[in-house]
Amino acid sequence: MTGLLRRDLGRLAAAAAAVPATARAQSGPPLRIGYSMSLSGGLAANGRSSLLAHKIWAEDVNAKGGILGRQVDLVYYDDQSNPGQVPALYTKLLDVDKVEMVTSPYATVMIAPSMPVVMQRQMTYVSLFGSGTNETFKYDRYFSINVGGDDIKGTYASGFMEVIGMLPTPARSISILAVDNEFAQKAAESMRHFARQKGLRIVYDRSYPPTTVDFTPTLRAIQATKPDVVFFASYPSDSIGILRAMSELRFSAPLVGGGMIGPQIAAVQAQLGPILNNLVSWDVYSPEPTMDFPGIKEFQQKYRARAAAEQVDLLGNYLQPFAYAQMQVVEQALKRVGKVDQAALAADMHAHTFDTVVGPLKFSALGEWVEPRNLFVQFQGITDGDLEKYKRPGTKVILAPAKYKSGTLRTPFGQGG
Amino acid sequence: MEFDLSLLLNGIVSGLLLGGLYAVAASGLAVSFGMLDIVNIAHPALMVAAAFLVVAVGGAIGLDPLLCAVLLSPVFYLIGVGIYTFYNRFFERRGDEALQGLAFFFGVMFIIEVGLVMAFGPEQRFLDPSYAFTTWRIGEIDLPLRMLIPALFGLLAIGLLYLFLHRSFIGLAIAAVAQDAEALRLLAIDPVKIKRLAFGVSAMLACIAGGALIVVQPVEPSSGQIFIGRVFAICIMGGMASLSGAIAAAFLFGVVENVTATFFGPSWAPAVAFGWLLLVLAFRPQGLFGRAA
Repeated sequence: MTGLLRRDLGRLAAAAAAVPATARAQSGPPLRIGYSMSLSGGLAANGRSSLLAHKIWAEDVNAKGGILGRQVDLVYYDDQSNPGQVPALYTKLLDVDKVEMVTSPYATVMIAPSMPVVMQRQMTYVSLFGSGTNETFKYDRYFSINVGGDDIKGTYASGFMEVIGMLPTPARSISILAVDNEFAQKAAESMRHFARQKGLRIVYDRSYPPTTVDFTPTLRAIQATKPDVVFFASYPSDSIGILRAMSELRFSAPLVGGGMIGPQIAAVQAQLGPILNNLVSWDVYSPEPTMDFPGIKEFQQKYRARAAAEQVDLLGNYLQPFAYAQMQVVEQALKRVGKVDQAALAADMHAHTFDTVVGPLKFSALGEWVEPRNLFVQFQGITDGDLEKYKRPGTKVILAPAKYKSGTLRTPFGQGG
Repeated sequence: MEFDLSLLLNGIVSGLLLGGLYAVAASGLAVSFGMLDIVNIAHPALMVAAAFLVVAVGGAIGLDPLLCAVLLSPVFYLIGVGIYTFYNRFFERRGDEALQGLAFFFGVMFIIEVGLVMAFGPEQRFLDPSYAFTTWRIGEIDLPLRMLIPALFGLLAIGLLYLFLHRSFIGLAIAAVAQDAEALRLLAIDPVKIKRLAFGVSAMLACIAGGALIVVQPVEPSSGQIFIGRVFAICIMGGMASLSGAIAAAFLFGVVENVTATFFGPSWAPAVAFGWLLLVLAFRPQGLFGRAA
């Protein structure tokens, strides 16, 4: 029996050697990439659209033969937008599901609680839209897919300051209103930093709780200070409340905008329509000629074909390409290293530039982008809530940074401006 | 912020309009929580579910959201009856209504939220009637119809509820069951049947509140969580079983929130509003309009 077995094994080995390398490797176990994602709860809108982007990436990769000759298998759980769920889910992914790679959930508030588990297992970790998450942890295997860069305070509002410099009459005063959360407070702090540096008088500087229902009294108080510039740092439902209240109050100022999350989202664009005109808002992507990166149109075409059925953002102009890029970074590092070796993967990510659908990326020692890319775009020429225009250049014109500038500033905001 | 009479007047008026929304949101809870003593923590989630249905139905057939909410309210009556029947069968009848009943309504709330995500997706939904972008201006006072019409509509619904509770036999029976359910049996009236009916009315009011909410702001499945603290605080401040107390407390809450936001910043608004709740309870433990035990 033993002899027969040895002979058989020898034949099998010989046969295996004759099979082409890719086909042989594809018979191996799938490469499992695990993460939690907010598929329900307050972060679900972005979480679910990120998941669709990940699925498209996995299908693209598997159609080309997988990674290291192995098919990719995404293992994900709904964290219900609850940070308390995250540590247990990552423990399960690593200890029970035995995934070989982990990537992050969406948003700082969800990424931070996953860090201790990931760091304990010394996993290389590519995050999605975390804002300064690694400032505290200083984990050398952390890599961020977000445009912020290492120094949020020193860079976030620099583009908005560039836009202030474009005003026909130099601005002298600014009002700042920010929601009580980490991202918005960092954005507001950055604006204060630049305002003081450039001698702008801060005439209103307040925070508001995320449970605010009516913004009318706050905006009336801001209106009473007659600022030249108004900087908001707000989240989607707040941004809608703020902009609708401004419209009702006929609020006008030479420059209005800032770090508003919401105007990037298709449903918000559809609802607000012309109210968005001349708003200058922080953004990460706009379909302008200056951002025509290889692969992004193909990705968006696939995404938009499935978005309605999956009940997610219809345009995919916000974090969706970045979610795809998150997985492209993992893919390119694995292909270069040639094996799942966490230390080698981290070293590779620090050493190389990655070509992604959101452009070339290079990571700093802290894992943030070496070249921050906080865009400030202006909504122009909007007459209705039709979303088709957002697929073409000219509606969300990039004003800053200069490298991606695609149009000129229009003023004022409000009063049909 | 320097004192300005125009700012103060606008703060009060916008607070009253906001209070109108709070009043209609709290009125249903004043029935289920205040009168029936059921800690229906799922009430705001029901309100948001109604808002989603209003968007789906109203958007499909081009109907005004408020009118659509009225048409959908019988559906919510039946949902309310169903929820109460289940609650009564498995918790109230066994005497488990305190902690386990609370857990049950927490469960209902999460099921509604997840169900909305599954059915409609996690995106924000909106349905803007044509008047939502119009603002009336009387002197220095702004009256955005986005806030004014839902507030008036809510007050109309509350007025009808008031008449129902005070003028109809069933309404009086609901008031009676709130005071002494066993005494009702002596009149050959089944208190469970009355409670079931009252809970259905409470769910109908959640539907009306959902119609008002969607005019005021877009909703997402978890939007109800913003209102949980406020509507319970309003019911308690008003005096539990008192509908007029709940309305007065809702207006007080809205005005205190908005005047505080105007002069001291929005961060202080909820703290000061809930501070008023503590103040009221310190001097009138039974609430503004409640009767002392």
